[in-house]
Amino acid sequence: MFKNFFPNKILSLNNNLISSLLTAMILVILVGLIYALFISPPDYIQGDSVRIMYVHVPASFIALGCFGFIGIASILNLIFKIKFMSLMAKSLAPVGCIFSLVSIVTGSLWGKPTWGIWWVWDARLTSMVILLLFYLAYIFTWKFVNNFEKANKISSVIGTIGLFNLPVIKYSVDWWNTLHQPSSITLTSAPTIHYTMLIPLIIMLLGMIIYSLIIFLMRYKTEVMKFKLDRKKNNK
Amino acid sequence: MLSKKVKSRILFLFLFLLLATVVIFFILKSLEENIVYFFSPSEIYDKPNISFNEKIRIGGLVKEDSIIKDQTSIKFIITDLKKEIIVSYSGLVPNLFSEGKGVIAEGELKDKKYFVADEILAKHDENYMPSEVSKALEKSNN
Repeated sequence: MFKNFFPNKILSLNNNLISSLLTAMILVILVGLIYALFISPPDYIQGDSVRIMYVHVPASFIALGCFGFIGIASILNLIFKIKFMSLMAKSLAPVGCIFSLVSIVTGSLWGKPTWGIWWVWDARLTSMVILLLFYLAYIFTWKFVNNFEKANKISSVIGTIGLFNLPVIKYSVDWWNTLHQPSSITLTSAPTIHYTMLIPLIIMLLGMIIYSLIIFLMRYKTEVMKFKLDRKKNNK
Repeated sequence: MLSKKVKSRILFLFLFLLLATVVIFFILKSLEENIVYFFSPSEIYDKPNISFNEKIRIGGLVKEDSIIKDQTSIKFIITDLKKEIIVSYSGLVPNLFSEGKGVIAEGELKDKKYFVADEILAKHDENYMPSEVSKALEKSNN
């Protein structure tokens, strides 16, 4: 399975896989949206604004997960100089960046009717903005540093340092008093979300993960092609 | 086997990560006062160098049966089930503001028991459920 991500294998990635993933994604998101918007009940306090959660929580999960991958890939790249690791991380960054933005925007839309305010600088919200900034720094390094080796090194350092922010985001709601509520889904205890709301949440998460996978595969293929072309050019 | 170069890089990165963890821990620890978004009534009670007439946020639960409303102002008690603070506020409260639910008030402490707020935020907890379930839960509790 993992071998398929090696640079030579990804080039043989055909459009059939992408289009079947696309079909799967559309189906899953469609079911998820119908469940989230029509079947699942309104919350006992928040009413219908609970439905924002079905986009907000998956987006946040993916934003954190992508950066987790980028951080680990950065460390592996710094130690073992595995170039395709950084190409993978580079391809994953825009997805995570967009989803962290989605998380912030949807959270803000939810905050106004629930908390009574669009935005506060509590620990969770602030650390999420820092994550977005790390994403931007990571992406802009690749964009504006022309020398590959240099960009590779700087972005890997950014990815490694950014890794520290992830536990801060995750545990910010437990370590400090925040306006943001603590996690409803934890590894140690039963979820505090009723199952009629948990099901659409999981379906939406699945759909958005498939979406991220599609974007990632397409980008990664392009990055590997670009990388090989550049190397050919330089060897001439 | 790992080459010497790779080994030294692992050692360097490991030390760097360790050092960074310690540094970040101490930075966050020393900034704790600024990072917390609000103080609970107990924290206010225990605080040695408390600043009155200065902007501060307190938070906790709205005590049951403590809301007194007139036309322009509202008074209620914020509790963390150990200590309580009386809050007075004039203005609109958020829709989700209600007894027994989380609340955060921004304003000034007049003394350790009395707080004048100029902004009220409702704090949502981590429980999500349909209203039928919440009613059923309430019934079984009573």
